[in-house]
Amino acid sequence: MKYIPNPPWVAKDMLKTMGLNSLDDLFSDIKDDLKIKEGLTLPPAMGEMELRSCMKDLALRNISTEDYPCFLGAGAYDRYIPAAVDQLLLRSEFYTAYTPYQPEISQGILQSIFEYQTMICKLTGMDVSNASMYDGGSALAEACNLACNSGKERRKIIISDTVHPEYLEILKAYSLSGRMEVVLVPGREGAADIDAMVAEIDNQTAAAIIQQPNFFGVLENGEKLEQAVHAHKGMFIMAVEPVSLALLKSPGEWGADIAVGEGQPLGCSLSLGGPYLGFFAARRDLMRKIPGRIVGQTTDLDGKRSYVLTLQAREQHIRREKAGSNICSNEALCALAASMYLAFVGEEGLKEIALRSHQLALYAGKQVEEAGLELKYQQPYFMEFAVKVSDPAAANQKLLANGIIGGYQLEDALLLAFTEKRSRAEIDHLAAVLGGKMDE
Amino acid sequence: MSKLIFEKGVKGSNSFRLPSAGLPQPDINHTLPPIFLRHKDTDLPQLSEVEAVRHFTELSKLAYGVDNGFYPLGSCTMKYSPKINEWAARLPGLAALHPYQVPETIQGALQIYYEMQEFLAEITGMDGFTLQPAAGAHGEMVGVMIIKAYHLYQGDRERTKMMVPDSAHGTNPATANMIGFDVIEVKSNQRGLVDLDDLKSKMNKEVAGLMLTNPNTLGLFEEEIQDIAAVVHEAGGLLYYDGANLNGVIGVARPGDMGFDVIHVNLHKTFSTPHGGGGPGAGPVGVKEHLLPFLPKPLVVKEGELYNFDYDRPLSIGKARNFYGNFGVILKAYAYIKALGGEGLKDACQNAVLNANYMRHQLRDDYNIPLDRLCKHEFIINSKKQADPHGISTMDIAKRLIDYGYHPPTVYFPLIISEAMMIEPTETESKERLDDFIAAMKIIAKEAKEAPELLLDAPHNAVIRRVDEVKAARKPVVKWEAP
Ligand SMILES: Cc1ncc(COP(=O)(O)O)c(C=O)c1O
Repeated sequence: MKYIPNPPWVAKDMLKTMGLNSLDDLFSDIKDDLKIKEGLTLPPAMGEMELRSCMKDLALRNISTEDYPCFLGAGAYDRYIPAAVDQLLLRSEFYTAYTPYQPEISQGILQSIFEYQTMICKLTGMDVSNASMYDGGSALAEACNLACNSGKERRKIIISDTVHPEYLEILKAYSLSGRMEVVLVPGREGAADIDAMVAEIDNQTAAAIIQQPNFFGVLENGEKLEQAVHAHKGMFIMAVEPVSLALLKSPGEWGADIAVGEGQPLGCSLSLGGPYLGFFAARRDLMRKIPGRIVGQTTDLDGKRSYVLTLQAREQHIRREKAGSNICSNEALCALAASMYLAFVGEEGLKEIALRSHQLALYAGKQVEEAGLELKYQQPYFMEFAVKVSDPAAANQKLLANGIIGGYQLEDALLLAFTEKRSRAEIDHLAAVLGGKMDE
Repeated sequence: MSKLIFEKGVKGSNSFRLPSAGLPQPDINHTLPPIFLRHKDTDLPQLSEVEAVRHFTELSKLAYGVDNGFYPLGSCTMKYSPKINEWAARLPGLAALHPYQVPETIQGALQIYYEMQEFLAEITGMDGFTLQPAAGAHGEMVGVMIIKAYHLYQGDRERTKMMVPDSAHGTNPATANMIGFDVIEVKSNQRGLVDLDDLKSKMNKEVAGLMLTNPNTLGLFEEEIQDIAAVVHEAGGLLYYDGANLNGVIGVARPGDMGFDVIHVNLHKTFSTPHGGGGPGAGPVGVKEHLLPFLPKPLVVKEGELYNFDYDRPLSIGKARNFYGNFGVILKAYAYIKALGGEGLKDACQNAVLNANYMRHQLRDDYNIPLDRLCKHEFIINSKKQADPHGISTMDIAKRLIDYGYHPPTVYFPLIISEAMMIEPTETESKERLDDFIAAMKIIAKEAKEAPELLLDAPHNAVIRRVDEVKAARKPVVKWEAP
């Protein structure tokens, strides 16, 4: 395939206009010893029909969540996406545009971001939201970065190890900056050890962090932690799951300073882990410190309501090495998908989806216990729990052989997630296979 | 202006429903302790499906993408995004894969990952790649983490500084700062290239490396790149390549052969994946052999006939994000490389450079071109010829272009050229399109002299006139609130 519209004779004409003879003349500024001599060693070019079969063959070599029911969660959830979402995302005015630097020709994108920001604020109960970050984990790392930059002496990040293990690894990598010191506090019985976390808090503490529900699906009670960290003038940061917020207490209601999370459940396909979006929302007084793009409302010369990228003095293209973050491109199209998703399911629909997930998880908890298995933690859970199995990898293999995509493998348990896409029959099947395994 | 979605809709008009679960409905007030429950309603929109569809369709009509027309946004490589790649990304066998599925169930997807790591290594002359970073700036961050981890592993704790040319994109210094380096700026010379003497004078044992874009942000190839590499390497530093401008050399020359140790490429620029109104992108990072151990984990490896994840990487910087990368973007870039092959990539590069030089040649009578010589995929003009006597600025020219149906080029970057307008046509524009744009630019140059208010008040045909940015920043309104 070629996606070049100019046929060679036109290219020749253009060269002639410039007084050049060949395309090679355009590269006389590159020394010969730097030039590729033999050509690149890549597979031969393909036409569109060959490419279509090639991609289709690759797709057929995977087992997808369309083929088998999927009980994997652990930070990415197999949720139903209303058909209208993708139809609209395919409007190429959206997906072939870039960052809306020129407001007069980008009002549609700017307004969609403004609406996204508003919806994220409504869900999280926070005052301000940015236009999106790369994903949940990097959004949390950016939140910690902000907390550490805010008070000069504060560099201690107190975090429970019941937070997603990948988030913890990301924090560790970001802390290569030398500006944050991550204190990892072991959980107890699958929940954060709030007393141990509180005991770590001091006047060097930049932030204390929990995830809700946590990595194991357990609900955390952040009340004492919020009070303690605020008493020491540190920040309370929560990583939250957006769909559950239809029913669960919002970060705003918990008293969080910053709320972040993985936005994938809001209308992004699983897509093997990306592209997703990280959402990032904060208290109003942090508005001039938060990372990333922000769209604001203003007026044009005629006084007409309009939207524009604003508070850009925070950002890399203005501030350069003094910017709080280096983020430039974000996950705009995924953020658009999220606002479309929320519009199509609506306030009541989101509640119904959250409640169904909870209902199915409770049902599954009962079913696996009746099948002779034991939940790893006796704690309140929302839509995900860990069930003990002696050999998680073998249990997953057995599930797969029975046409089920099993759970996330913990050391001695499978972490299982329940979305509105799962059915009672699928859960009965899951429990039967897992229970049978115990009998062997 | 369009009503906001919150100003539309009627309570009860949304009809999204789930099928029956065949189970008794739980009362959340009984199944969970009250401390965990929300008190305040989310107050999300309540629209019927048709009204929501119309809302977003209306918004799309107030936007402009590459499919609408010419979008010569410099440094962003707004090339055409092939439709077949969108089709492929939506195949359930690629779109509906959970990242924690066991490798034997995702062999096709892992093959894409593995081959993509190999393709990018070949295209850029590097020894290994991670596909994890979500964008260019994220790639820079991973790259600079690798540089830091490498020096620390060598026991070299003195290297606290990172060099960045004064022409660099803002993400370069911002990234260096985020990873805890002090930034030293290297000057550009009269020719718009790195000033080798300035570089030499600033290079020492405290410098961890130099971040460079090549072709640079002026669209010019750094002709002394091998000497630059030697200066950095002799002092023990590493050379970082910001691959935002790879489209200017792809298939013709490779950063790996120029002496770069760490690079990132932007799949959403050089490799045609759509820009999505500001993302998602992808910024894979490649390294030379001595840096392979520091790449993030996991990498995708091939063991016999099976593809697998390799997490056993003790010196790895760890993870810069969840899971493995923006797979949905990566697979489109993979399809693009498969479609073009090696010769096709070179063709794309040559035509991108041809288009840029052709435009530069055609615009030079009407506009000032500060560095008017052979460029790569983009070039810079400014409004010097238009400034007097009516005070026309580059922004005015940009806004007037909107009236002629174009997305304006990048303006006011790079910072070292005053009133810069950076034009990048890409290879997917025809001569016809370029000629139309050039004609519009010539008319605008004439208007600047004869009817300056046409520029000063532009745009005239857009849905809004110029906006009050000061007001937006002074009294920020960043979400809708019920009146
Ligand atoms: C030269 C250069 N470097 C880095 C970046 C950052 O890339 P991204 O927006 O993908 O993070 C850009 C983006 O415009 C760029 O032009």
